[in-house]
Amino acid sequence: MVRRTLFAVAAVMVALLFICGCTGTTTDPVPDEKQQLRIATTTSLYDTKLLDHLTPIFEEQYNAEVLIISAGTGKALEYGQRGDVDVMMVHDRAREDTFLADGYGTNRRVFAYNYFVLVGPESDPAGVANMTPEAAFTAIREKGTAGDANVTFVSRGDASGTHSKEQAIWKAAGFNYTTEVKGSGDWYQEAGTGMGATLEMANEKEAYTLSDIGTYLAYKGDLDLVTIVDEGDILLNVYSAMQINPEKFPDINSTVAKDWVNFVISDDIQKEIASFGVDKYGQPLFYAAGDDWEKIGVTEAEVKDPIA
Amino acid sequence: MYEIVEGFLEAARLIVTLDADVMAIALRSITISLTATVLAGLVAVPLGAAIYFGTFPGRKSLINLIQTLYSLPTVVVGLLIFLFISRVGPFGFMRLLFTPTAMVIAQTVLVLPIMTGLTISALSGVDPVIRDTLRSLGATHLQFLANVMKEARFAILAAVAVGFGRAISEVGAAILVGGNIMASSFASSTRVLTTAISLETSMGNISESIALGILLLLIALAVNLVITTVQHR
Repeated sequence: MVRRTLFAVAAVMVALLFICGCTGTTTDPVPDEKQQLRIATTTSLYDTKLLDHLTPIFEEQYNAEVLIISAGTGKALEYGQRGDVDVMMVHDRAREDTFLADGYGTNRRVFAYNYFVLVGPESDPAGVANMTPEAAFTAIREKGTAGDANVTFVSRGDASGTHSKEQAIWKAAGFNYTTEVKGSGDWYQEAGTGMGATLEMANEKEAYTLSDIGTYLAYKGDLDLVTIVDEGDILLNVYSAMQINPEKFPDINSTVAKDWVNFVISDDIQKEIASFGVDKYGQPLFYAAGDDWEKIGVTEAEVKDPIA
Repeated sequence: MYEIVEGFLEAARLIVTLDADVMAIALRSITISLTATVLAGLVAVPLGAAIYFGTFPGRKSLINLIQTLYSLPTVVVGLLIFLFISRVGPFGFMRLLFTPTAMVIAQTVLVLPIMTGLTISALSGVDPVIRDTLRSLGATHLQFLANVMKEARFAILAAVAVGFGRAISEVGAAILVGGNIMASSFASSTRVLTTAISLETSMGNISESIALGILLLLIALAVNLVITTVQHR
């Protein structure tokens, strides 16, 4: 009897294997002539579900399949540099410029923007509400290094766009990030993970953290953190999409990559972006870059001109 | 506390109603890890037997090395495979990164040592009396091998099951070479139970995480049942 059961189990396993052999390890990932588009994206566009909202529209229009790898901007740039994706969606102008100058990327278009916010516990233990971002950072660091156990700052610590922005604010506040902030005490903690996870962590630790407003709003329901500082020119957050340069990697999917970049700056999708989340959160998570190019300091061509 | 109870109730609902997303993720996990287990088994069992029956210099050290690799860190395997199959790597032209195939490769490499090592242990566990009897009955070399293998077959099956358990429960390699993609087609997606739990928890979707965790445990339980059934023979 036991032997029979065993044989049955073995038979089922073998049968499963055959099924797996036919599906799981297929070497041709394009079964029905669909174009595949691989996008490496900053976590904020994924965690807010904006991309989940946009990809079905694109897949339908272009008969394509969109594969999204959600990583920080740093990791996304790394994937792009290695030619492992076709398109990148990131938010770090300075590093994007280097990436373009090095010839890895091409045809950058700005499609959305919003603002960073400093969030923290409602009690605001460092007393920095409504300060300028630079002054708030300075005060948090001062209290933190002085050993005030209630004051903690959680950093993304993952070379993401948000992490870059945080470093830029420390710099603007007059600190050397590597010597005066990072590793300067227990008050400064690096999460090494995406925006959503970092917010969850800051929430657990009742700490301050820098977040893009989109991810914060999308997670607000689960969090006790409140907005502490949300005004200051330095808090501008600009999202762009760019193709990985087909001259560097000739067999990447450049046609469908082009389609995607043109898709996100198209009038219809700009409207989708501007209205995304309004019904759920009472305010938009992202602003369309469309007519605001002057405000966000980029050229008109960069927000309007489709890639030829 | 409320969160945990609520999470479990919602998890139960997701499982009982066979929530499509959750089931697809579970099925993908099983498919990928089972494929990896079979591929690894096809190499590990003959290899283990060859090492066990073989006589060659450095055999002891080789067994030691294999046993050390039992605890091969999953992220290290992930990193190695990533470097090999990334576009600029030696096998980049195959465009395997961020596909289920990449995950199968990583998991195969990951479980090879433990399956090989446990195969060797399984063969060592065969009663010496049986070996002596076989020899004294005048078994040919081939008959001897076949019969010792046959004696050890259930322990070898257990070795394979342990390999499957390690494959399906690992997250480090899966996320590095798979990318945790949720695409519109089953075959292009690389989100499995472990990577999904990691993501859902970081997104605060506790009930999904619990549901996926329960499924992972159920699969582990099934594997364990196979092992114990075998051992009770």
